Amino acid sequence: MADSAVLVEEGKKNLWSGGVSPFKASYGKVMMWFFLLSDAFTFSALLITYGMIRFTHPSYEGAVSDFKFSQEYWPIPEKVFEAFPGMHSLGIESAPLVFVGLMTFILIASSVTMVLAVEAGERMDKKGVEKWMLWTIIGGLTFLGCQAWEWTHFIHGSDISMNAVGNFITGAGLSSNQYGPPNFAALFFFITGFHGFHVLSGVFINFIIFYQATVGILERRGHYEMVEKVGLYWHFVDLVWVFVFTFFYLV
Amino acid sequence: MDNPQVEVQPLNREKVRHFIKVMIYLAIITALEFLIAFTVPHDYKWVRIVIFVVMTIVKAYYIVAEFMHLGHEKRSLKMSIVLPMLFVVFLVFILIFQGSAIYDALY
Repeated sequence: MADSAVLVEEGKKNLWSGGVSPFKASYGKVMMWFFLLSDAFTFSALLITYGMIRFTHPSYEGAVSDFKFSQEYWPIPEKVFEAFPGMHSLGIESAPLVFVGLMTFILIASSVTMVLAVEAGERMDKKGVEKWMLWTIIGGLTFLGCQAWEWTHFIHGSDISMNAVGNFITGAGLSSNQYGPPNFAALFFFITGFHGFHVLSGVFINFIIFYQATVGILERRGHYEMVEKVGLYWHFVDLVWVFVFTFFYLV
Repeated sequence: MDNPQVEVQPLNREKVRHFIKVMIYLAIITALEFLIAFTVPHDYKWVRIVIFVVMTIVKAYYIVAEFMHLGHEKRSLKMSIVLPMLFVVFLVFILIFQGSAIYDALY
């Protein structure tokens, strides 16, 4: 701490030769924020594209209980995402949105373990950082496993429906799907896939920092700011999921 | 393995309690979203959309301000992250109108 105070003093003497952080945050943290801003634009573009394409298709007009999949209108999401692993063996016919709800809670929980890792890092608590980083990695891997299951189920499909030219289709691909217009599945793959890829890279980066904390690199460096930086990235991934969840599964 | 020179500070209980509180808020809002998804009928399309968007923004606020700590950063940093997001709001309006116009042209 004494070192940084000296740095600020020196910087004040000569403002133009560096030594002062304009935002009272380190270079790495500010750059992480700007990276996340650019990434937020990317995800916004994807989600707004979803909104636009959704608005170019007709909605389903009848009663929700009579809903059937058709290529003529956009599907109701709770009718598409209604599966849960092993639900048929328990005698449950449909569990709308329960699985994505579980995924949401897993990601929120892993966000909390990440803040606890950052908090431990601020106290120079190596053991705490190791423990909470490991829980965060486990949370991320669990989420990825859930997504893998959901994609598998989405691609294989559950029942058969007819497309516009009278062919039967099961499951979903990039050119056609049983749930609705082709764009529905295409957007599902692009948006949740891009998010899942972020989760995957987040898990890798978390693992690198976990490794560095465990072998003592961060302790020798004298601070655990790297934990804070990957924490920002990890929370961002959680934040994006909050939006994907709303616009893809609820609206 | 432990370096004896490094002094481990005691756990900041107040901070941890604060994070748990934020997590509970997020969980409650998500649960409410579920409740609304299954109680408000689909006929009230725009009511549902507005409620969901507002709740999502509340959740996003808690994640960004508390978990990502942006609420406690300098004002200049806050503004340089939040203000550019106005472009996103702009794009929402452009493309939603565009989508409706395409729909009107098609059907």
